[in-house]
Amino acid sequence: MDRILADPGVRIVVCCGAGGVGKTTTAAALALRAAERHGRRTVVLTIDPARRLAQSLGLTELDNTPRPVKDVNGEAGGDLHAMMLDMKRTFDEVVLQHTEPARAEEIFANPFYQAMSSTFSGTQEYMAMEKLGQLRARDEWDLIVVDTPPSRSALDFLDAPARLSRFLDGRMLRLLLAPARAGGRSMFSLVTASFGVFSRTVQKVLGAQLLTDLSGFVAALDSMFGGFRERAEQTYRILQAPETAFVLVAAPEPDAIREAAYFAGRLREERMPLAGLVLNRVHRTDLPGLDAERSLAAAAQLERSGEHRTAADALRVHAALTQQAVREERVSARFTDAFPAVPTVAVRAQPADVHDIDGLRTIGAALTTAGLAPAG
Amino acid sequence: MSGEASIGQVHPAWPARLHVVTGKGGTGKTTVAAALALALASGGRRTLLAEVEGRQGLAQLFEVPPLPYAERPIAAAAGGGEVRALAVDAEEALLEYLDLFYRLGAAGRALRKLGAIDFATTIAPGLRDVLLTGKVKESTTRTVDRRRAYHAVVLDAPPTGRIGRFLNVTAETARLAKMGPIKTQSEGVAALLRSPMTAVHVVTLLEEMPVQETVDAIGELTALGIPVGRVIVNGARPPLLAGAKPTRAELRRGLAAAGLPSDQATVATLQAEAKEYLTRRALEESLRAELTELGRPVVELPLLPGGVDRAGLATLAETLLTA
Repeated sequence: MDRILADPGVRIVVCCGAGGVGKTTTAAALALRAAERHGRRTVVLTIDPARRLAQSLGLTELDNTPRPVKDVNGEAGGDLHAMMLDMKRTFDEVVLQHTEPARAEEIFANPFYQAMSSTFSGTQEYMAMEKLGQLRARDEWDLIVVDTPPSRSALDFLDAPARLSRFLDGRMLRLLLAPARAGGRSMFSLVTASFGVFSRTVQKVLGAQLLTDLSGFVAALDSMFGGFRERAEQTYRILQAPETAFVLVAAPEPDAIREAAYFAGRLREERMPLAGLVLNRVHRTDLPGLDAERSLAAAAQLERSGEHRTAADALRVHAALTQQAVREERVSARFTDAFPAVPTVAVRAQPADVHDIDGLRTIGAALTTAGLAPAG
Repeated sequence: MSGEASIGQVHPAWPARLHVVTGKGGTGKTTVAAALALALASGGRRTLLAEVEGRQGLAQLFEVPPLPYAERPIAAAAGGGEVRALAVDAEEALLEYLDLFYRLGAAGRALRKLGAIDFATTIAPGLRDVLLTGKVKESTTRTVDRRRAYHAVVLDAPPTGRIGRFLNVTAETARLAKMGPIKTQSEGVAALLRSPMTAVHVVTLLEEMPVQETVDAIGELTALGIPVGRVIVNGARPPLLAGAKPTRAELRRGLAAAGLPSDQATVATLQAEAKEYLTRRALEESLRAELTELGRPVVELPLLPGGVDRAGLATLAETLLTA
């Protein structure tokens, strides 16, 4: 992992994986390491960090602006900025960039815009891509580390640009846009003309007010999104370039491993560079010679003797840990067997969650120790 | 009429018709939802287990092919009960809905061909949620021969981060549809979700982030007037170490008495593992206290060492009933 963080040719690291596997922490730890150890000017784009982690990065507000992170050791010449994605604000910025102010105000007031910019499933993914594109275009940083949104599926992040294109090129949108493009002001021309059963149904089901709002929004979309789509496609190409490294993040649990394997397959299909798998919250014992069966038998024996209670308990703790390690090993093998060429780094489970810079440093060090230590 | 009595009465421990199960991603809410559906179906009842996110999580859990948009038996419960499963799909729900009210027939298929349905559900996410929750409402309140079709409906709902928005359907659609059938539909759903017929259960692990999200979600749901049911702690482990951190001398004597190697490295490692365990336990205790403070009944489900299989689900179902 250090090799990637140090490589000046690598400009973007994308951390992806299922929700709840420590993606944000991994992204932050990698970014901190890149800044402190490898002297890189780094920015980390987080999507939805846990409150205390956000605080430790100095992110007290969602303001869409990279802020310098305090207490970062700058001796190597690097520094670290962090920002939290504000989905709605990013969307607003895109609108402002592509239309004149009066029109933008109209769009902001449209209820469909309000709904889509704050809740559209996929908007967060588009906006993360958009923000990544912006940060990359500013060229102020050596390295951008991106934490991907906690999607329903980790794949949404990859599919966002394609989905947007499909949406904008859809026949439905073109039909709705026909009057707008022909200079008509609202959809009513369309409704009263020859659109037939669909328009009548839509009007019956949704009501006239909704149609007016919808046609206004659709016309606005058309005017501003040509450029946006182009940018999303550009970002997509950047993701395929050698300057990008994807880091899969998972925990040794069946769902997370399945998601990771699925994602690795997709990256291969999309010809996107997968740098490695980070396995978080891995349990290991430093006493592999004493297996669970023997320690449980010993614990039972001590229990019967009525003495050495504490030692018996300690042996049970060890047995539980060993069993968990074996279980995790078995689950993780589903990934490593399917993708033997993908380097894997295991990070041991921390007794408590990480929410300060020191904790991130520890994780960063664990992420970069060579390879996966065998459980024995 | 004894059949009516059994299907007509709610379980005293779970007094709701619609059980919405949410939780942070990775906490096992699909597993818990399935176990609850099994539990409530025991003793010859019938329940419906529904998912709405297009993930086919139920099919994966029960190891069956992807579920269609139809209510199919998926598991038998203890004592002759039956769990049916349904993967609610927004597009299908919209077509069904249009068909019901407007007898669309072929026109509905034409709409789909045009991409109209995809468009409508994409551009208005609130509409999508109204359709999904609308279908759930329909199955919850459906009667067959003047009896309830289901004793209870269990919904494997979106995660805590999205649950408030998902269930707060009126607010979302009111912004878009000021009148008309969509508005009526969403008002009906909202009324059910705010009635005692509904309970939202939040699944968590004894870990910081899931507990934080549980606290946040319960706050949000309470503010929305949506009834919160239980807090369900998943993957709970029985306490293993009674007292304080063991001393090296204690460990050395114990290992020797059990005929195990008692060298310094072994003793030190066992001690370190015990210490780490105690740290984790202390954190779990404080998280448990935080959950208790929420004032909602807390149920703990044991960690299934062998993973979640049918036997495991049955164990969880039993725990849910006796808790």
